Amino acid sequence: MSEKMTNSCKGTANVQLMQGNEACAMGAIKAGASFFGGYPITPSTEIAEYIAREFPKLGRYFMQMEDEIASIGAMIGASMVGHKAFTATSGPGFSLMQELIGYAAVAEVPLVIINVMRFGPSTGLPTMPQSGDIMQARWGTHGDHSIIALSPSSVTEAYYMTIDAFNLAEKYRTPVVLLMDEKVGHLREGFDISNDPEPEIFDRVSAHEGKYVPFANTESGVPPFVALGQGERYHFTGLTHNEAGFYTSDAGKVSEFMQRICGKIEDHVDEIAQFELDAMDDAEIVIMAYGAVARSAHETVESLRNAGHKVGLLRLKTIWPFHTDKVRELCAGKKLVAMPEMNMGQLAVMAKAALGDMPFLPINQVDGRLIKPETIEKAILDKLAEMGGDR
Amino acid sequence: MEAVYEKYFRGNLPHIWCPGCGNGIVMSAIARALDKLGYPQDDVLFISGIGCSSRMSGYMDLNTVHTAHGRALAFATGAKVCEPRLHVFVLMGDGDAAAIGGNHFIHACRRNIDMTAIVINNSIYGMTGGQFSPLTPTGKKATTAPYGSIDRAFNLVELSRGAGATYVARADVYHAALLTNLIVEAAQHKGFSVVEAVSTCPISFGRYNDMPEPADMMMWLRDNTITVAQAAKLTDEEAADKIIIGKHFETEAVEYGEEMARLLASAKEAE
Repeated sequence: MSEKMTNSCKGTANVQLMQGNEACAMGAIKAGASFFGGYPITPSTEIAEYIAREFPKLGRYFMQMEDEIASIGAMIGASMVGHKAFTATSGPGFSLMQELIGYAAVAEVPLVIINVMRFGPSTGLPTMPQSGDIMQARWGTHGDHSIIALSPSSVTEAYYMTIDAFNLAEKYRTPVVLLMDEKVGHLREGFDISNDPEPEIFDRVSAHEGKYVPFANTESGVPPFVALGQGERYHFTGLTHNEAGFYTSDAGKVSEFMQRICGKIEDHVDEIAQFELDAMDDAEIVIMAYGAVARSAHETVESLRNAGHKVGLLRLKTIWPFHTDKVRELCAGKKLVAMPEMNMGQLAVMAKAALGDMPFLPINQVDGRLIKPETIEKAILDKLAEMGGDR
Repeated sequence: MEAVYEKYFRGNLPHIWCPGCGNGIVMSAIARALDKLGYPQDDVLFISGIGCSSRMSGYMDLNTVHTAHGRALAFATGAKVCEPRLHVFVLMGDGDAAAIGGNHFIHACRRNIDMTAIVINNSIYGMTGGQFSPLTPTGKKATTAPYGSIDRAFNLVELSRGAGATYVARADVYHAALLTNLIVEAAQHKGFSVVEAVSTCPISFGRYNDMPEPADMMMWLRDNTITVAQAAKLTDEEAADKIIIGKHFETEAVEYGEEMARLLASAKEAE
């Protein structure tokens, strides 16, 4: 178990009782966020409230907008002129933001969207959890694009992962989604970062040689970003554009552009995708999980280990890009890979693609409740019995 | 004028606009207005929505953003709040501003944020080939209103006034000099200013409404526009079918950016 998934505040004097949503807000402040545009929505509202209180003291800008579309529009405008912009929302608001998430992907505007996932579809169960927006985060906007999405499992991790989200947004010039389960957003647990090393903060790179080419095809695939209004008069558009930023329908240019905006993330999956491995060395059975469910899965690992089963936990901290090769490698030769998810099997689609014909057990629960450790345990034991023996 | 063209246009021609389109007249009015205002081009942020007219952002040598349909004011709001020193102009079409972007439009008016919205009103969705918009006069024909539109139209001046804009004017592409002057005034006004620029679309509007030639549409503007002063002498009924041009009103109110600055200063002091 990593320190971050539980927490690292054993025996120190600076422990605070902290909520996941509050930790996100603190992380955003630490990361240097200076614009928040949002619209109230359960179960994310504590983030807006925290920022509305703290940002003015820091000389930073909080705006409550007329809806979620305006929120992300204002964020994009703020980011274009050089500010780190973010919002906090939940399913219905996240749905409304989809068009402009695509805009930000294509115009390569760094943004952080904290999506405290609630039960859907539609209004669903506003105060209850579901990891229901996994695929929406990946494919919610129209057209091919890439995206980065992370999912924290603890309050402390919500803090650090929010900082990571900003760093990734700045580094790759892309929208980044923090997919936080309601159960983590509203969880209160001990929080103490007083003895932790200072987190690295990454700011978008503006340095460039010679004439500024706003959408240059650099080696990394990420063009330098000079904020609008700083003397380089250039053009942003959601139209497919050339390196100068102007519309093009030239087949070669269009193809090159698409390869670059997808490749700048997919080609760096090794750097981006983070995992946490627990008791995996001798494991014969792997539980693959993320978010709040990973906490239950951790309990299951302990319980099954106590009963003599060699079980390990593969926790996905990064949801997108999904590191297919790494998942396959980590699960190779295992007797069974179980994947509990608070949805009908959204990320299981990717897991299946990675695992091929390896034995795979999706464990899905969609009743508005966190999956309990014993539910996971029973499903695994039943499956093992069905597979023959080991019981 | 040559100098103005060279200074403010990027020269990435050809543009997409049809012969007889009024967008070019509005663009030149904006360029002349910028020249009169004397803002350094590096300090001007020019943000547009989606549609024929909104392609203008690509043609002008300024800091430019071509956004998504209806969302130009949302982008502009975030940028202006973060960089108050920039002079912000937002260019939208009638469908862009009054239909899909209507919510952002009224809230930008309400906040009274210091920027100038220029709405090119050609009474139609031109880029998609001539569908009626919320500013298409009732009874006019469109591809989606082949028997004449049964929808009531917004009066953008009254909508802006009611929503809280603090400067509202209307001109048209027949009166291009007036349009230039009103854009200058609107930009100099502290607060949210709206300039409606009534324009011509002979291809997608005029053709279906007995004005197939560019000149027909220009004559329609010439014959149906009256000034605010002339309108004041008419009854509402007499003025009903007229396009009333000129400055409609200007008032002072708390501007959003100044309030934001005040909030930040007081919050810091309280610390």
